Amino acid sequence: MKVLVPVKRVIDYNVKARVKADQTGVDLANVKMSMNPFCEIAVEEAVRLKEKGAATEVVAVSVGPTQAQETLRTALAMGADRAILIQTDQDLEPLAVAKVLKAVIAEEGPQVVLMGKQAIDGDNNATGQMLAALLDWPQAAFASEVVIEGGKAKVTREVDGGLQTLNVDLPAVVTADLRLNEPRYASLPNIMKAKKKPLDVKELGSLGVDTAPRLKVVKVTEPPKRSAGIKVETAADLVSNLKTAGVL
Amino acid sequence: MALDAATRDQLIDTVRRFVTERLRPLEAQVAEEDAMPDDVVEEMKGLGLFGLSIPEQYGGLDLSMEDECLVVVELGRTSPAFRSTFGTNVGIGSQALVMFGTEAQKQKYLPGIASGEIITSFALTEPEAGSDSGAVQTRAVRDGDHYVLNGAKRYITNADKADLFTVMARTDPNKPGGGGVSAFLVERNSPGLTVGKSEKKMGQQGAHVSEVFFDNVRVPAENRIGAEGEGFKVAMQVLDKGRLHISALCVGVAERLIADSVAYASDRKQFGQALSQFQLIQGMIADCKTEALAARALTMETARKRDAGQNVTMEAAAAKYYASEMVGRVADRAVQIFGGAGYIADYGIERFYRDVRIFRIYEGTSQIQQVIIARETLKRGG
Ligand SMILES: Cc1cc2nc3c(=O)[nH]c(=O)nc-3n(C[C@H](O)[C@H](O)[C@H](O)COP(=O)(O)OP(=O)(O)OC[C@H]3O[C@@H](n4cnc5c(N)ncnc54)[C@H](O)[C@@H]3O)c2cc1C
Repeated sequence: MKVLVPVKRVIDYNVKARVKADQTGVDLANVKMSMNPFCEIAVEEAVRLKEKGAATEVVAVSVGPTQAQETLRTALAMGADRAILIQTDQDLEPLAVAKVLKAVIAEEGPQVVLMGKQAIDGDNNATGQMLAALLDWPQAAFASEVVIEGGKAKVTREVDGGLQTLNVDLPAVVTADLRLNEPRYASLPNIMKAKKKPLDVKELGSLGVDTAPRLKVVKVTEPPKRSAGIKVETAADLVSNLKTAGVL
Repeated sequence: MALDAATRDQLIDTVRRFVTERLRPLEAQVAEEDAMPDDVVEEMKGLGLFGLSIPEQYGGLDLSMEDECLVVVELGRTSPAFRSTFGTNVGIGSQALVMFGTEAQKQKYLPGIASGEIITSFALTEPEAGSDSGAVQTRAVRDGDHYVLNGAKRYITNADKADLFTVMARTDPNKPGGGGVSAFLVERNSPGLTVGKSEKKMGQQGAHVSEVFFDNVRVPAENRIGAEGEGFKVAMQVLDKGRLHISALCVGVAERLIADSVAYASDRKQFGQALSQFQLIQGMIADCKTEALAARALTMETARKRDAGQNVTMEAAAAKYYASEMVGRVADRAVQIFGGAGYIADYGIERFYRDVRIFRIYEGTSQIQQVIIARETLKRGG
């Protein structure tokens, strides 16, 4: 069984994002970039499926600039078998990414697409769902547990108020939530070996997919600054302050 | 083998992340309990840290000295006791074997050393042979196809956990000094080998040193490293490399302390402004930064020279001398910048102050480095 894992190169989760002066987006000049943490969880899960014998091949794919090769190398170092970069300098919207992935899937024919539930840059939480719709495949989003058995995926999902378990027929799209696993650190020997694993680069244009933007960013701003809190002396003070604030 | 830039960045990034996410949160606990948690040791093994300097064909990473130094700088950003866990396997505990071992010796031990399955120690120092390390008194007497070792070593890092010791012992009692010394690989379970209790130390709790006693320990002759009488030369070349490793570690700790000092000085207010606004504090920060940069430059340049095959005995001594003294000054200023908090254990600064003191003593004291630097400089005529 082949597992395809789409991964995205995003601003590193430790970096404090700064908005560009002209409010068109986040300033990425000289900023550390890394694999989106949810994608990392998806790679980890795919590698575990392979280690358990449920998967035979893990293919990582990224849609992005040349530097996204580094992100793919990370996936290879974690245990993916090979990688594909669909190269573009365009910042694609979720629908465009889903269309590109659909084209890749047509060639690769995976049984499971395992991806992050969202990327921490756009926080759209849309690509996986859109991809499932375009493919007309079952989907199980926000997975906290994935078991592959007898041509089906049993996926536990984190939903408001509890856990829901779904059985979906394969092929399917599964998106990873935070608690699915704790991704490993790629070992140093595997980082070095990853260099020798295959990484194919294809130009976005060669896929013949319409990736024209449908959305227009009006403005990007910093979140409002939090104002200082106050200290109260007693529990009674706290209650009366909360009442004044209309919280109680 | 030198790494390409992308692979090297990824390697360093991974180590930095491991240090930040896994090791730093455990600093106080490890110091308090004077023990390294087993799961952390397992993670270090999984990451490949024990094999940084072991050739690839034996399962290691075969890093160039420059790359090893870059990795060690990252490892310096946390309590040095963590580095000590695998430090002997990377440095003094394995390098005699890597540089001078026979193929059979390498095949037998290096894969286990690279994976961390075998922990190594380097046993040179004795009660009467400290700085004067050529004065080794531990005896090795040939008996058929064995040597019989008798004597005592002290202050041996990781001896409590070691499975394999590189032991310097005197094979020729008629040749005083280093010329009569040979190096041996001695397995822990050899009858007659005992390890004393761990010494109480000033700092680096979680890393241990102990005495090692040899009472008629029979060592197969094939476990000798190099020829008879070459042991001291072997030890000195191992230490040349080890000194660069220690220099890089000093740079890493200094960078950590500078970052901590800057964060504290920017946050803490007195006289209505942040400490960092006072020029006298800024002066200390500038001195720390300048000296740390100088130590880094000297260490990295010497590492590159070594990688290029040049003899760096003088430069490695200079790097170790300067970097270890530098981090002592940086730690002292960090305590000063933190004020009272610098002296209070919870802030961790006084712990680093104690931790870094050893760097001026082991693998050759500062005075011994000065002796080497002067000797080599006089020899070279400038
Ligand atoms: C935590 C720790 C870990 C260690 N780990 C190891 C290890 O793994 N393996 C190992 O073999 N050893 C190890 N050592 C031993 C260490 O290398 C020695 O302690 C060090 O070399 C100094 O020797 P000494 O303690 O006998 O001091 P001494 O040699 O007695 O030195 C005392 C003082 O005299 C000075 N001095 C000595 N000779 C001269 C000279 N010619 N000119 C000017 N000044 C001089 C010294 O600089 C020093 O200031 C360790 C020590 C410690 C504390």
